[in-house]
Amino acid sequence: MVPLAHVLALSATLFVIGAAGFVFRKNIITVFMCIELMLNAVNLAFIGFSRYLGNLDGQLFVFFVIVVAAAEATVGLAIIIALYRNRNTLNIEDLDSMKM
Amino acid sequence: MVVLFYIFAALAVIAALSVVAQRTPVYSALSLIVVLCSLAVVYLLLGAEFIAVIQVIVYAGAIMVLFVFVIMLLNAGREVPSHRSRMARWLGAPLVAAFLVEILLAVWQQFPAGSTRPASSLDAAPAAIGHLLFRNYVLPFEVTSILVLVAILGAVVLAKKEF
Repeated sequence: MVPLAHVLALSATLFVIGAAGFVFRKNIITVFMCIELMLNAVNLAFIGFSRYLGNLDGQLFVFFVIVVAAAEATVGLAIIIALYRNRNTLNIEDLDSMKM
Repeated sequence: MVVLFYIFAALAVIAALSVVAQRTPVYSALSLIVVLCSLAVVYLLLGAEFIAVIQVIVYAGAIMVLFVFVIMLLNAGREVPSHRSRMARWLGAPLVAAFLVEILLAVWQQFPAGSTRPASSLDAAPAAIGHLLFRNYVLPFEVTSILVLVAILGAVVLAKKEF
C-alpha cells in the first residue's frame, strides 16, 4: 500500500509545477491549463486522505471540484475568446487593463 | 501495484513539467492530457474507481477537448519570449524550489514516511458514492447544478458576436 506521505509529495510537486507555470507563462491559455493542473493536484490530496481515513467524503469533494472545474473552464475559455476578439492577442502582458 | 503508483507518478510529474515547458499551447494541452490520464491510474490504485472514470470522461474527455478546440479556434501559435522582468529570471526558480521544499517538509513532519494505516474497508463503489451524494450532500449537489446552469448561460453571453 502506498504511504500517504508519497501521495501528498506527488500532489505537492504537481501543485508547485502548476503554480510556477501560472506565474511564468505568458500565453493566457497555458496559464489556464496550469490552473487545471493545480486543481488536479488538490484532487489527488483529497483522494489520498480519503483512502487514509477510510472515509468517502474526500471522493465526493473531488466530484464537486471536477464539476466546478468544468464550469470554470467553460466560462474562462469564453472570456478568452471574447478577449481575443477585442484585443487580437493571447499574451497576458498585453492584456493589462480592465476595460475592453 | 505499488510499483505502478511510482511509475505513473513519475509519468505525471514529467508530463506536468512538459505542460509548463512547452512553448506551443497545443503541446501543453496534450501533455496535460497525459497528466490527467496518469492521475486517473493513480486514483484507481488508491481505490477511487468512480473518480478515476470521471477523471477520464469529464476531464480528459470534455474539458480538454474544449481546451484544444479553443486553441485551434484562436490559432494560438508559439509563445514569443519576453525579457521584461529580470527579477523573475533570477529569483523565479529558487523561489519555486523553496516553495516545494517547504511543502514537502510540512508533509514529512506531519506524516513520517512509514505511516500507513491498516487499509480500512473503504467501499468506494459507485452505489456507495451515490448513497452519500444523495443523502448527506443533496444541497451541495443542487447548488452545483445551478452553478453549471449559470456557467452555460455565462459562456453563451460572453461568446456572443457583438460585445
